[in-house]
Amino acid sequence: MLGVGAYRTRKQPTRSDLLPVPIGEMTWTLTDHLGRSVRPADWAGRPVMVFFGFTWCPDVCPTTLSDISLWLEELGADADRMIVALISVDPERDTPDVLADYVSNFDQRILGLTGSADEVAQAAADFRATYRRVAKDAGDYTMDHTAGVFLFHPDGRFVSIIDFHEDRRFAVPKIRRTLS
Amino acid sequence: MKHFLLAAALILSAPAVMACETVTIGDLTIEHAWSKATIGAGRPGVFYVEITNAGSVDDALIGIATPAAGMPMLHETVVKDGIASMPHAMSIPVPADQNVQLSPGGYHGMLMGLTTALKEGASFPVTLSFEKAGEVTVNVDVLSLRAEGPDCADAVQ
Ligand SMILES: [Cu+2]
Repeated sequence: MLGVGAYRTRKQPTRSDLLPVPIGEMTWTLTDHLGRSVRPADWAGRPVMVFFGFTWCPDVCPTTLSDISLWLEELGADADRMIVALISVDPERDTPDVLADYVSNFDQRILGLTGSADEVAQAAADFRATYRRVAKDAGDYTMDHTAGVFLFHPDGRFVSIIDFHEDRRFAVPKIRRTLS
Repeated sequence: MKHFLLAAALILSAPAVMACETVTIGDLTIEHAWSKATIGAGRPGVFYVEITNAGSVDDALIGIATPAAGMPMLHETVVKDGIASMPHAMSIPVPADQNVQLSPGGYHGMLMGLTTALKEGASFPVTLSFEKAGEVTVNVDVLSLRAEGPDCADAVQ
């Protein structure tokens, strides 16, 4: 029998004109799930893994955070110095408290980041990530958003993107390359 | 909804062990139905299941209904040019002699308007409507928000 719909196939690498700028050249300011202000300079000298999502998202976001949690478990203490962050593309609903509740379900090293609409827009621009509000019935809405996981070397250089649902056999070595 | 009270009782008294229920209707086998716990009832829940069509006639899943949500829908997660979106799926093909999975990152049931938060360890019924085979109800196990699939003895992980 043929399996249909189990896992989506991976897309081509992102075009080079759309790659994130180095962390050191980013200009965003965000607030983490504990209410602390965070700037790119705070990440200097640390490997970085960033994912855009939102907590009202039932499929892609918890799946990616489950994947990230498994990768971090496999990497163990080697990944303790890594900055791992979910940046919300839905700051209207994802307050720091909401994010705190959400990230508590996953690996404890994952930070939730949010901010004003403008602050989130600046972060997305720096990472070359995109998102779009999609209206649904009765005033409800969902968000389309960049689904890949961005990896940066401790010197701030962008390394690669782990595509949505990329196999752990490929994802973990990609992350390991940023840890050395 | 006439089954609401019964269903609410099921949700409240659900055992912690997973049902891993398998139901059949005609040539279709429905198994490994699961969902993820939600934070509160305001966020949408999700529904995953595996459908095997052992027959020689193509069928299609055309809708889902559940007392657990006011507005359940079929969705497909699509990642195009790196952007994830979740368009409504009018129907999900269940071709003859094939196995179809509603699974993370692909087709899924989107449970909007939850009547109550989905708690890990609980279960709730979902009725699947097929174009040809008709309707069948399966019990859905609620796993943690982190879960990647059910831990049934025969589950495809
Ligand atoms: Cu959906």
